[in-house]
Amino acid sequence: MAQAPALPRGFELPLEPRLPRVGSVDQVAVEERAGMLARRSIKRESKLFALDLAVRMTDLTTLEGADTPGKIAALAAKAVRPDPADATVPSVAAVCVYPNLVPFAREKVDGTGVKVASVATAFPAGQSPTDIKVEDARRAAEAGADEIDMVIDRGAFLSGNYAKVYEEVRLVKEAVGDAHLKVILETGELGTYDNVRRASLLAIAGGADFIKTSTGKIQPAATLPVTLVMLEAVRDVHDETGRKVGVKPAGGIRQAKQAVQHLVLVHETLGTEWLTPDLFRFGASTLLNDVLLQIRKEKTGRYQSPDYFTLD
Amino acid sequence: MRLPVNKTYKLYVGGEFPRSESGRSYEVDGANIARASKKDVRDAVRAARAAFPGWAGKAAMNRGQVLYRVAEIMEGRRAQFAELAGGQSEVDEAVDTWVWYAGWADKLAQVLGSSNPVAGQYFNFTVPEPTGVVGIVAPEEPPLAALVERLAPAIVGGNAAVVVAAERRPLAAVTLAEALATSDVPGGVVNLLSGRRAELAEALAAHPGVNAIVDASGDEALGAEIDKLAAESVTRVRHASATASYGDATADPLSRLEAVTELKTAWHPVGA
Amino acid sequence: MTEIERKQYRSPVPSAFEYAPAPEARDIVSLDERYGLFIGGEFVEARSGEYHASVSPASEEPLAEVAYAGAEDVDLAVGAARDAFENGWSDLPAGERAKYLFRIARVLQERAREFAVLESLDGGKPIRESRDVDLPLAAAHFFYYAGWADKLEYAFPNRSPRPVGVAGQVIPWNFPLLMLAWKVAPALAAGNTVVLKPAETTPLTALLFCDVLRQAELPPGVVNIVTGDGRTGAELVKHPRIDKVAFTGSTEVGKEIQRAVAGTPKKLTLELGGKAANVIFDDAPLDQAVEGIVNGIYFNQGHVCCAGSRLLVQESIYEPVIAKLKRRMATLRVGDPLDKNTDIGAINSKAQLDKIAELVRAGEEEGAEVYQPPCRLPERGWWFAPTVFTNVAQSYRIAQEEIFGPVLSVLTFRTPDEAVEKANNTAYGLSAGVWTEKGSRILSMAQRLRAGVVWANTYNRFDPSAPFGGYKESGFGREGGLHGLEPYLDFEGKADTFGG
Repeated sequence: MAQAPALPRGFELPLEPRLPRVGSVDQVAVEERAGMLARRSIKRESKLFALDLAVRMTDLTTLEGADTPGKIAALAAKAVRPDPADATVPSVAAVCVYPNLVPFAREKVDGTGVKVASVATAFPAGQSPTDIKVEDARRAAEAGADEIDMVIDRGAFLSGNYAKVYEEVRLVKEAVGDAHLKVILETGELGTYDNVRRASLLAIAGGADFIKTSTGKIQPAATLPVTLVMLEAVRDVHDETGRKVGVKPAGGIRQAKQAVQHLVLVHETLGTEWLTPDLFRFGASTLLNDVLLQIRKEKTGRYQSPDYFTLD
Repeated sequence: MRLPVNKTYKLYVGGEFPRSESGRSYEVDGANIARASKKDVRDAVRAARAAFPGWAGKAAMNRGQVLYRVAEIMEGRRAQFAELAGGQSEVDEAVDTWVWYAGWADKLAQVLGSSNPVAGQYFNFTVPEPTGVVGIVAPEEPPLAALVERLAPAIVGGNAAVVVAAERRPLAAVTLAEALATSDVPGGVVNLLSGRRAELAEALAAHPGVNAIVDASGDEALGAEIDKLAAESVTRVRHASATASYGDATADPLSRLEAVTELKTAWHPVGA
Repeated sequence: MTEIERKQYRSPVPSAFEYAPAPEARDIVSLDERYGLFIGGEFVEARSGEYHASVSPASEEPLAEVAYAGAEDVDLAVGAARDAFENGWSDLPAGERAKYLFRIARVLQERAREFAVLESLDGGKPIRESRDVDLPLAAAHFFYYAGWADKLEYAFPNRSPRPVGVAGQVIPWNFPLLMLAWKVAPALAAGNTVVLKPAETTPLTALLFCDVLRQAELPPGVVNIVTGDGRTGAELVKHPRIDKVAFTGSTEVGKEIQRAVAGTPKKLTLELGGKAANVIFDDAPLDQAVEGIVNGIYFNQGHVCCAGSRLLVQESIYEPVIAKLKRRMATLRVGDPLDKNTDIGAINSKAQLDKIAELVRAGEEEGAEVYQPPCRLPERGWWFAPTVFTNVAQSYRIAQEEIFGPVLSVLTFRTPDEAVEKANNTAYGLSAGVWTEKGSRILSMAQRLRAGVVWANTYNRFDPSAPFGGYKESGFGREGGLHGLEPYLDFEGKADTFGG
């Protein structure tokens, strides 16, 4: 980068002309609020709806060095038809893979409605030159990814170089064209909820369609209070500008119960309007099976052996 | 043969020595003593309220030094006070009482306050604060030591005071006011009214601008009346014994300090 | 951006993402048809012969008949307490006293669910609150003071603390068992015996507490419970053989009590009303501040003496705060107190409901703008929707008087000085809230607000170790913490007495 781009007219107001104040987040209060919402109990019909929705919101993910075309084929099959025994269980939202595997995924899900999402921008650390990261994202999109999950440069963020973070999001957004851009904040590395809020607004200012908690490579990943803080940032942006941004907690959500708790947060914070895969996703690999197990339990009244569900 | 200059004993309000608004006086030992009216009570409370924030806002150590200065000034006027009070020994006790309470100024927050180990992620502490304006009804005897023993703990923590002097022996109290006026105690922090004690005490107890009453009159009927009037604005009342000495003054200082102290508990979350 | 493929998202969407009714089972509580007075360790018939039903405010159903103690009954109870004080309790080694309190705490913990259900049933408060707040805090209070019982010399060094004697205690209906714990625990820890009068509308947990005392094997007469109305309270307060009066309730009744003990040597503590300011600065963490506002005024239906009933918002953030507040209010769930999802339960009594309604009418007539989120209130029982008034002037009744209901009055300020001035412009001084990110401002506000409890960046937190009580007309004396022992002790060499 020849020169650091100017911040969007002062970071205090990143989405000119109207943008929520960056403000701050009180840790204790936000954790208590999330904890309280986690104890809401929902109706059985709503629970089925929630579980079904959780499936439809899932970005079924594999991000391993050992990923192969064969692994992707199995994952894609599962994404399209999560429960072979129950045709009423919908497909997931997307499969999420590394750029090299995008073509294989594309081939398997074409015509099914399941999207291909690709991580990019030197995932997971983001510690590569900007032009390479932008190119990484462009190539992933060209290879057929409908959605790009980029990482922010946490090094830049934590050293106060917000302009760089913003500019990279903007450049990637520009590079991926029509692809849907999810910006991973890697909240587990940001240290405070204040930073989560700040990074959320920065990513949204840069053009994010979604903001996403984590790469899945760092603990802690998605937690209820982190998701709540991001939802509140999204709500403030919507209030000020009318713009709708999605949220994707990823990593650490393994049980259906956690997924439902997240949906309660969405419902309480943004209302039913955000209860759609267009605006809320789960990034997960093992969550899906537990959700399927719970769906079957809700439908049949009893739990099945986990062996009934495939491990792809 | 020189004709002595007779002294006019006046009220002490807001750092000044006004005559009673009523224009009335009464005679004690050949001297005319101002007889304060209810209007004077109101003026005194107003002066005290005005002086309270500045005095409470001073550094505690500074207040201690101001009280110590009162002791120094009284020490220098021992002969005069001895004549008006019960002799040299009473003056000694009064002076020593100022010194004892001067030392409390920057201690009482540490003795009366606390940090509280609450559950959850909160930091919690309790600090004593002055209640505001304290009405003091002085006993008749001993006229100086018993007054100082009530006044010193009342103001050391930052309160302002309105004192009703002993009715039959007010000269020591009025002279104390003169000493205070030449000390570093800011005007209005101590206000002193002479006159009909019951009338003034009742006016003080009923005044909504008074936060606490220390009643050392030793008069049970008056005490009960004060209680009833104080209830109208939930004014704190402490009845104190009428006898006094340095020993009494220092026997349970915390009870005296607590009578004119509020406790404030503050909470704050502990988070990053 | 491509429109995300929608066609597969066709499964039927429920119109709302609804929470299930999640009622707590009632059958854990078994009530007698009729309760006498608990005097000298057993339930006795009231000499007054007067009995009234205690009613569930959520259904108006009578739950049990409860005695109304008369003068003779109160006299018997005071006699039993006196007797217990003089013949055993005050001579008991302090460590043994401590163990009784520990036992009570343990039994309360073990029976927490039963008490929580009964509290919600009798008082109308949401089970979430009685389960998560009232019961844990009540038990914690006994635990906390148990430990003090044999350490009084360390709490008050050089002062030779000794018990006062018999304490007459009168408690309100908003936190029935918790207020009982606040009163009884420090009194017993200090070595006193007790006659306690629960509130007229919420006597049942106090009566169930007698069974805890039985399980703890507390000696008879150490705690006596006399149920009744204001007449019973008046008899207790003026009884010549009590040494100490502790009252929590309205400022109006507090003043009557202060008058009633005038001229007696009884020690007195009063925990009275409030009209607390909750001050929101423009740099506050807004979403959490909104939670704090909601918790400040809608916790326990606003039946809280320290409720943040006056919201002072810095003008520069007035609009977003009000927008966020209204939206948050719309998610509050009003209804069955026994439903675990309920946020706002029933108003404690018809009389209280009428009072709230009257003040809300006054607010409308005075010109304030009222907002209530759409919510369906149950047909039976006493309910009031969460309410917020904007365009409120400091002079309006709704900004001056304690409403003791889920009604918030919003005012604005421009500078810290103005905030302090408005916050302190009240006869009350129980509590205050302040929300700002700036540390030095928090401390300066905490110093300048004339209130006994200041919550900074939080609201309505309680703990047995934290002293609680008011300035000005919110009363005097503290409950909780080391300072909460003091009203129940006399000190050696003490030349002064606290008058009424």
